[in-house]
Amino acid sequence: MAVRLAEEWFTICAGCEVTILDIGEPLLDLLPKLEIVHMPVLMDHKMWGQTGDQPGPEIPEAEVGIISGGIRTEENKEIAEEMRKKCKTLIALGSCACYGGLPALANQFTVDEIYDKVFRGCVSTDSADTPNGVSPFTDRVYALHEVIKVDLKLPGCPTTPDMVAEALTALLEGRPVEFPSKSVCDECPTIREKKAVSNLKRPLESVAFEYGKPLDTVRCFMEQGFLCNGPATRSGCGGAAKTPRCIKAYMPCRGCYGPISDSANPMVDMMGALSTIGLDVKQIPDRAATFNRFSGAGRLRPLPKRS
Amino acid sequence: MGKTLTIQPVTRIEGHARITIQLDDSGNVSDTQVNVLELRGFEKFCVGKPVEEMPRITTRICGVCPWSHHNASAKTTDAVFGVDPAPTGRKLRELCNSIAFMEEHILHFFFLAGADFVLGPDADYKTRNVIGIIAAAPDIARRVVISRHMAAKMLEMIAGKAIHPAAAVPGGFSRPLLEEERKELKKMADELLEFAKFSISFAKESLFPKYLDTIQSLGVLKTGYLGTVKDDGSMDLYDGKLRMMQADGSYEDFDVKNYTDYIGEHVEPWSYLKFPYMKKAGAFSMDLDQPNGIYRTNTLARMNVVDKIDTPLAQAELEEFREKFGRPAQQTLLYNWARLIELLYNAENTIRLLEDPEITSPETRVKVTPRAARGIGSVEAPRGTLIHDYETDENGLITNVNLIVGTTHNNAPINMSVKSAAKDLIKDGKYDQGILNTVEMMIRAHDPCLSCATHTLDGKIGVKVQIVGPEGDVLTTFSNVGR
Repeated sequence: MAVRLAEEWFTICAGCEVTILDIGEPLLDLLPKLEIVHMPVLMDHKMWGQTGDQPGPEIPEAEVGIISGGIRTEENKEIAEEMRKKCKTLIALGSCACYGGLPALANQFTVDEIYDKVFRGCVSTDSADTPNGVSPFTDRVYALHEVIKVDLKLPGCPTTPDMVAEALTALLEGRPVEFPSKSVCDECPTIREKKAVSNLKRPLESVAFEYGKPLDTVRCFMEQGFLCNGPATRSGCGGAAKTPRCIKAYMPCRGCYGPISDSANPMVDMMGALSTIGLDVKQIPDRAATFNRFSGAGRLRPLPKRS
Repeated sequence: MGKTLTIQPVTRIEGHARITIQLDDSGNVSDTQVNVLELRGFEKFCVGKPVEEMPRITTRICGVCPWSHHNASAKTTDAVFGVDPAPTGRKLRELCNSIAFMEEHILHFFFLAGADFVLGPDADYKTRNVIGIIAAAPDIARRVVISRHMAAKMLEMIAGKAIHPAAAVPGGFSRPLLEEERKELKKMADELLEFAKFSISFAKESLFPKYLDTIQSLGVLKTGYLGTVKDDGSMDLYDGKLRMMQADGSYEDFDVKNYTDYIGEHVEPWSYLKFPYMKKAGAFSMDLDQPNGIYRTNTLARMNVVDKIDTPLAQAELEEFREKFGRPAQQTLLYNWARLIELLYNAENTIRLLEDPEITSPETRVKVTPRAARGIGSVEAPRGTLIHDYETDENGLITNVNLIVGTTHNNAPINMSVKSAAKDLIKDGKYDQGILNTVEMMIRAHDPCLSCATHTLDGKIGVKVQIVGPEGDVLTTFSNVGR
C-alpha cells in the first residue's frame, strides 16, 4: 500500500525540489512506494476544485505532507493551513520553510520599501505604480512554524539528498526520524587551536591552504581571520560524507542550515565564538543579516532610518 | 458587458499565476493577461551587503540555474573590483557553467517537454510526468536519471556543492581542481557526451518527426532575439558581446555595460513580472497586429543569433537545423530541438575545458580590494541572457542592484502567444475543452522561460477556464483535468 504524499511550495527557488532529484538512482525505487495526491511541481491537482467551484483551497488527505518555502502572501498562509489540516505528518523542507531562508533578508525592509525599489527604483525599469491586480504580501516573511504546527524540519539551502531520502524512508517504514543538533564545526576537519592568528578579514583573498593536501592540514578559516558561521550553524550539510560543503571549496560557512537548535540565538552564539578566539565582532558589516542570513523570519526587522 | 475567463492555477511556473481572458459583448477576445504573483525583492535586500557576498546570495534567486547567477554575479564583482579573474579561475567557472547547462537541459527535455513527446500530448495527465516515463520507458528513464545526476555530481566534485555553490569568487574560483579529479571528470564527461549524442538522434528519429506539422504551425510568433556571441560570432554561454537581432534577421552587437541603452523594462499593473523590451524600438507594445520592441531569449534565440558553433558535432546539428527552419527560426516548439543542440555543445565544451592543461593550475584566484564602483556582468543562463548590475560605496558595500533575469525577457512573448491562441479559438462566445488544450500547449512551449526558478517534472499544464458573469457569478467552468 503506497503512502499518500502532498507537496506545496511557497516563497521558493526550487533548489530543494531539485535536491529531491539529486537522490539519484535510489529515487527510482522510492517513487513507486509513494502515491502523490497533490504536488504543483509534479502534477495538476487543482486546489480550488478541478471544476473551480470551491470557495477555498482543498488538498486531499495524505499521510505525509512536504512544504518548501516561507510564507510571503495571504494565499500562502491559507494553503499552509489547508496542508496542516490534511496531512498527518508535515515536513518543512529547506531553510526557507524552517527559518524564512535567504528571502527573509527582506524582513529588514518594509513592504513599501521593497515595492518602491523594484517598481520605481531600478535603472532599467520604466517607473510605474505597484501592480495591484495580484495577491497581497504578508507584512513580512514567515517561517512555516510561525503559521502552522510543523512535525519535522529538514533545514539547508538547499537541504541534502541524504536527509530527504532518510526522512522519506523512515516515514515509509514507520520509524522515527532524528537528526543531531551539532554545529558545523563538529563535522569540520580543519585544525582549531582556539586562537585567531589574524584580525578579521573579509573573504577578498583565499584562505591559506596547500594545493592537493587534505582539509585536515588546513587551519580553521575563522582562526585565519575569515568570518565563518560554522559555530552557530547546525551540521548536516555534508550529508553522509560529513565534511561541510562550502568548506570543501575553501569558503567559510554562511549558515545555510540555520541555528543549531530552535531556541538558539545565532547572534549571541557568533559573538561568543568570535570573542573566544580574540576577534572583534564590531568589525563585521551588516551583522544582524550576516548572522541570520538564512534565519531572518522572526529574527530580522526593518532597519532604523538613518537621517 | 462581456465576460471574464480565468485560467487558474497555471502549474509549472514558480509560485502562483493565472491567465485572465476578457471577452467582449459578442463573445470575442478583447484582451488576455498572464498574471505572475511572485516577488522577493532581491534588488532591495542586497543593499548594504559586502559585494563579495553577492555570488553566494544571488544564487538563491534560482535553485534550478544557481550556477548562472553564481557566475554572472562573480563576473559582476570582478568588474566592481576592477580585476581580470585568474585565467584558471575563469575556466573553472565556464566549466561549471557548461556542466550545469547539461544538468538542466537533460532535466528539462526529458522530464518536462519530453514527456509530451515520449508519452504523447494526449496521454492522461496522471501519467504524463516523471512517474509515467519511468513506467513507459524504464530504460531511458534510468539513463536520464543517472546522466542528470552525474552532472550534479561533477559540480559537487569541482565546487563542493552543486546547488547554491560558493566557489566562484571575485577574482576567480576558490578551489583548484586536482589532476585525479580532472581524470575522473573526463570519464564522466565522455559518458555525458554519449548521452547527448543519443538524445539528439533519439529525438530526431523517434520523437520530432511525429510532431513536425505541429512544430511548423503552432505558436509561431514574429519576434526579435537576444543572445551572447564571441567576437567572431560563435556561440559562447559564459562570456562575449550581446547580440540583439530583429525579426528580419538584421542585428546589432553591444557590450553588456551599455545594456540600459538597449533594454527597457515595462511594468503592467496586473503582474509582478516586468516586461523587458528593445529600447531602440521607442515603445513597448504586445499588440498582436503591431507588436513593438518584442524579443525572445533562451535556446531558440541563441540558435538564431550565433553565426556558428565552435565545436564540430553541435555545428553540424546547427547547420541541419538552419537548413530545415531558416534563420531566424520563429517556431516556438523549436526551443526543444535547440535545447538538444546545446546539450551537445556543452558536452563538447566540457571535454575541451577538461583537456586544457591550465585547468588544474593551483593559481585560481587574484586578491581584490574594495572601492566605490559600478560593475555590470552577464552570462547566458539556460533560460536566457542574465544581467547583474551592482554599485558599491568606498568600503565595497552594495548601494544599488539591478537584475534582469533570463526568464523575464520572455514575459511579453508568453502573453502574446496566449492572446494569439485565445483570439484564434474563442469566437462568438463559443469555446470548449479544445481551447484548454491549445492554450495549454502555447504556454507549455514557452513555460520553461517564464520563471527561471521553475521547472516542474510534469508534462502537462493544468488549466481551468472559468466564465464569470458581470455580477461575478460563475456561469461555466471547463477543466482539462477530471476530478
